[in-house]
Amino acid sequence: MIFYRYVAEIVFFLFIAAIFFGAVASLRARYLMNAVLGLALALAGVAGLFYHLGSPFLALMQLLIGIGAICVILAFGIMTAPRPEQEAEKLGAVKRNKPLAVVACLAVSIPLILTIIGTQWPPAAVRVGDFSVKHLGENLLHQFCLSFELISVVLLAAILGALAIARIGRGDWE
Amino acid sequence: MGTTILLPPELLRMVFTAVVVIALVFLNSLILGYVERKLAGRFQLRPGPMEVGPHGILQLMADAVKLLGKQFIIPQAANSPLFRLAPLLAFVPVGASFIVVPLSQKLQVRDLDVGLVFIVAVMALNMVATLIAGWASNNKYSLFGAMRSVAQSVAYEIPLLLSLVAVVLMTHTFNMQEIVLSQDNIWHVVQQPVAFLIYFIAGMAETHRAPFDLPEAESELTAGFHTEFSGIRFSFFFLAEYTNMFFVGSIAVVLFLGGWHGPQLPFMDYSAAVWFLLKVYSLLLVMIWVRWTFPRVRFDQLLNFCWKYLTPIALVNLLVTAVVVKL
Repeated sequence: MIFYRYVAEIVFFLFIAAIFFGAVASLRARYLMNAVLGLALALAGVAGLFYHLGSPFLALMQLLIGIGAICVILAFGIMTAPRPEQEAEKLGAVKRNKPLAVVACLAVSIPLILTIIGTQWPPAAVRVGDFSVKHLGENLLHQFCLSFELISVVLLAAILGALAIARIGRGDWE
Repeated sequence: MGTTILLPPELLRMVFTAVVVIALVFLNSLILGYVERKLAGRFQLRPGPMEVGPHGILQLMADAVKLLGKQFIIPQAANSPLFRLAPLLAFVPVGASFIVVPLSQKLQVRDLDVGLVFIVAVMALNMVATLIAGWASNNKYSLFGAMRSVAQSVAYEIPLLLSLVAVVLMTHTFNMQEIVLSQDNIWHVVQQPVAFLIYFIAGMAETHRAPFDLPEAESELTAGFHTEFSGIRFSFFFLAEYTNMFFVGSIAVVLFLGGWHGPQLPFMDYSAAVWFLLKVYSLLLVMIWVRWTFPRVRFDQLLNFCWKYLTPIALVNLLVTAVVVKL
């Protein structure tokens, strides 16, 4: 079916465009809120790519966690904080930090670009593996059990840290 | 290769589905809107809408025409592109969620293996729409409404998902049809009464219905996050709210109340779908009943109730379910 292949190609490039546009939008944004929304768009594009690669489960998890949790929490933080972008402009921090930002960007991007150029890319197989929920679950709990559990330890540490910070805040309040 | 381009049947199916889904969204909102106003009247010992049509049955039509005719005003200080985007974004999950709702064994748009995850993930987008609406309005009431809405949704999503997971542990599947089929003999509400109650309470909080309607508490916040919206874009939020109610009801029916199972009705081929809708709307009637009977809770009470009671109970329930399933 030629028709479906065209549709799939178009959709694939739409997802790529969403990721690219979202990333650029989140970098160019004047308001932090727009940056978060750009991130949400990029994450939605990534979810689309997961779907395109044949794992609807991962795509939905990306939507649920990436947009439903991470972006919402970020946006919530921004809404409760006083306008940080104005504060930064007032302090002149934007200008002062520009060289640092350039250095940080180059430090990440140059090694990445070098690796991309240096890698011998094998042609993609038609279907790399089984991405069904059952298979993912078995892999996570058998082969990658240790890393899976380690991630929960990281989350536990994050929760404890948040609690510790919140407790200090509460002491000041009373 | 021939020169004529045949429209593939899939495409026709998609167009047909889209039309039916949008029609259903409007129909559901019309019915629920009318029933809600009528019942609200009865609970408050007044007749409710009476003027347009017999017993005011066409009142919602008149309201819809009025809303369509109204001007759409964008406040000067608002963030215009986001302000325009928010109502549309609120509408996306509404259309998408219909894809996996199993009206009967055959009446379902797509039988996804991860149907339950799909509906939950897509409904999470609704929160983003609320946030954008509140922030872009550049209005204190809207911002407070959106902040409350997010704090509430983040809190209530946890017990909601935990109660769903308890059922998934029993059925070993996210597929909506298979979950329904697993209740051939006994509905899950009998085995999981606690999970059902938690789900129902959290579901009401998810849809921002009283007693949990703090994001749009009229007496404090005018209309919450949609204070600044008028005309057709306001009606998008209205439609989204009522359709979300429908989804909360249908997830409850699919997971706990046996889905489309029911005795065969003698006169109709679609008795399964009739049973499904009957169950969903009975649940929604209870939601309306609760809304007009209980007063609104305070915000700290709302969050305390979730974090200190609902979440621990849901966790214990999940643990017990896991142990029992493995025994």
